[in-house]
Amino acid sequence: MEAINWHSCFFLLFAILSCGFAVAVAVSDNIVRMAVYLIASLAAVSGLFFLAGADFVGAMQLMIYVGGTLVLLAFGVMLTARGPLVKIATGGGQWVLGAMLGGGLLVILLQAAFSVEAWQRPEVTPEVAQGEDLATAAPLGMGMMGIRVDQLDETDTVKRGGMSGYLLPFEIVSVHLLVALIGAAYLARARRPAHLVQSGDGGKGDRRPEGGDR
Amino acid sequence: MTEFLTHYIEPDWIAHFLVAAVHCGLILGLVVMAAAAFTWAERKVAGRIQDRLGPTRVGGRFGWLQSPADGLKLLAKEDLVPAEADGPLFRLAPYVSFCTSFAVFVALPLSNDWVAQRLDASVFFLLAVAGLEVFGVILGGYASGSKWSLFGAMREAAQVVSYEVPLGLCVVIPVMVAGTMNLVTIGNMQSGWFVNWMIFHDPFMFITFWVYCACAMASVNRAPFDLAEAESELVAGFLTEYSGFRWSIFFMAEYASMLAVCLLASILFLGGWNGPVPITSWLGLTHDVHPVAGFVGDLLGFANILAKGVLGVIVMMWARWTLPRLRIDQVLTMCLKYCIPLAAAMFLGAMGWTYVIRGGLSDMDEPTPVVQSGQSVSLANHQEGGR
Repeated sequence: MEAINWHSCFFLLFAILSCGFAVAVAVSDNIVRMAVYLIASLAAVSGLFFLAGADFVGAMQLMIYVGGTLVLLAFGVMLTARGPLVKIATGGGQWVLGAMLGGGLLVILLQAAFSVEAWQRPEVTPEVAQGEDLATAAPLGMGMMGIRVDQLDETDTVKRGGMSGYLLPFEIVSVHLLVALIGAAYLARARRPAHLVQSGDGGKGDRRPEGGDR
Repeated sequence: MTEFLTHYIEPDWIAHFLVAAVHCGLILGLVVMAAAAFTWAERKVAGRIQDRLGPTRVGGRFGWLQSPADGLKLLAKEDLVPAEADGPLFRLAPYVSFCTSFAVFVALPLSNDWVAQRLDASVFFLLAVAGLEVFGVILGGYASGSKWSLFGAMREAAQVVSYEVPLGLCVVIPVMVAGTMNLVTIGNMQSGWFVNWMIFHDPFMFITFWVYCACAMASVNRAPFDLAEAESELVAGFLTEYSGFRWSIFFMAEYASMLAVCLLASILFLGGWNGPVPITSWLGLTHDVHPVAGFVGDLLGFANILAKGVLGVIVMMWARWTLPRLRIDQVLTMCLKYCIPLAAAMFLGAMGWTYVIRGGLSDMDEPTPVVQSGQSVSLANHQEGGR
């Protein structure tokens, strides 16, 4: 009896789950169901990551998209889904536009995926075949700081200088996000004093034409 | 185990299936037995704290048959779905909760090498999956079609999402000191006497442990943080419309995740399967001596970590029956004004401590992650390359 390729079986399972629920998000017209299907779809994507041996990325997908973003999404849906807002019907024009955009993207992605020779048949290394523990988290963290664990024997100084790590860009982006969050919280929550509300509207009215002139 | 079985069982897939089934069965057994035992213990602890006896009659002494009797009663109840409810989601919700709290145990080591799936980033996986349990509550609360359920689910979502931040910070601190996210490695680093435990590594870690306890209690939605099912205001919160078997699944999920956060605390801070006294190494119960001796040692380690976990759950029960329920503003104040700043300060402190005094108070084993040997070399190379 020929050995079954379990990776392919589970890949197909997770891929079908992910795509099926993604289609269900588009087809469904109940906003709460849509959120639930989206959760299932993204969770199946994290299953694909685990299958590929990238457990850190899979856990990241679960934590950020499924556990973080979608909890907030479901929270917002629950707060607003009342009566007429529960149903969202997709119009005919939107279907056509969406199908064109989605189909175009699909064509580009398929073309890209099948044009690279090495991607058509994934290389099965002994580690992957035997399902050994792949140390994924520590090399990622080291790479973040500029230490490429996979290229320790690189002697070329020029190439070594290029391995500078991503810690600084990462910090800049995260501080940016923090600033945006605090700003959003301020805009949403700030109670302006009474004298500012009266003169503040006038001030804005004065400024707008000025901006338009520029 | 897979390699072992494939020698004897002809089609490989049966061996793979058997291995998976054994792992799942063991975890399921642990979770369900823990839920049954904790239901009984909760009644006994509550009774003793309130100066009564708790269950005494079912099954003779101590009322030890109380949980099976409860289970039978719940199974025999009618499975009701309210007319206003969103049927499929209402039926699905308990299983979402239970499956996520079950999945936590997949990556949770219960003794040295006793883990269903070895993950390099198991701490991270645990936190990610444990955070998904709230989905069951949100779904159940929404799909019930009742205002009490909806309010309960909204409170739960707000509380769990906000408490994940300090909880994550508290977990990061031992991970930083250990230098790995692999729970098996973290547990094995704390072998020996109890001074090797992470909680005694430095004063910051000691405080972190108590912050973790508070956040863990809030994140599994236990009293005094059980606003989602505040019976004095919301009937029973998200559980209002549930009865019978589905209700009991929610309950099992709650007890399973209580046990999971307690076990995680014992691995991260309390030495995991390594006791306060290194009995197993005195008796020579290690894998180097003999495989059977190693197995007995692992079994003792399992009993050890289970004792710590159960102790943690009993402390949670103690807190539940002692402290009054917090208001929602008090819950959020505690998270934002106390837990997060405290955890962040402890993070900075522990970072400084490990920078200045590498070993900590005890002579803890140096972290040995996979890249440790190559790391120093590569750092040196890198600096040369930079110049």
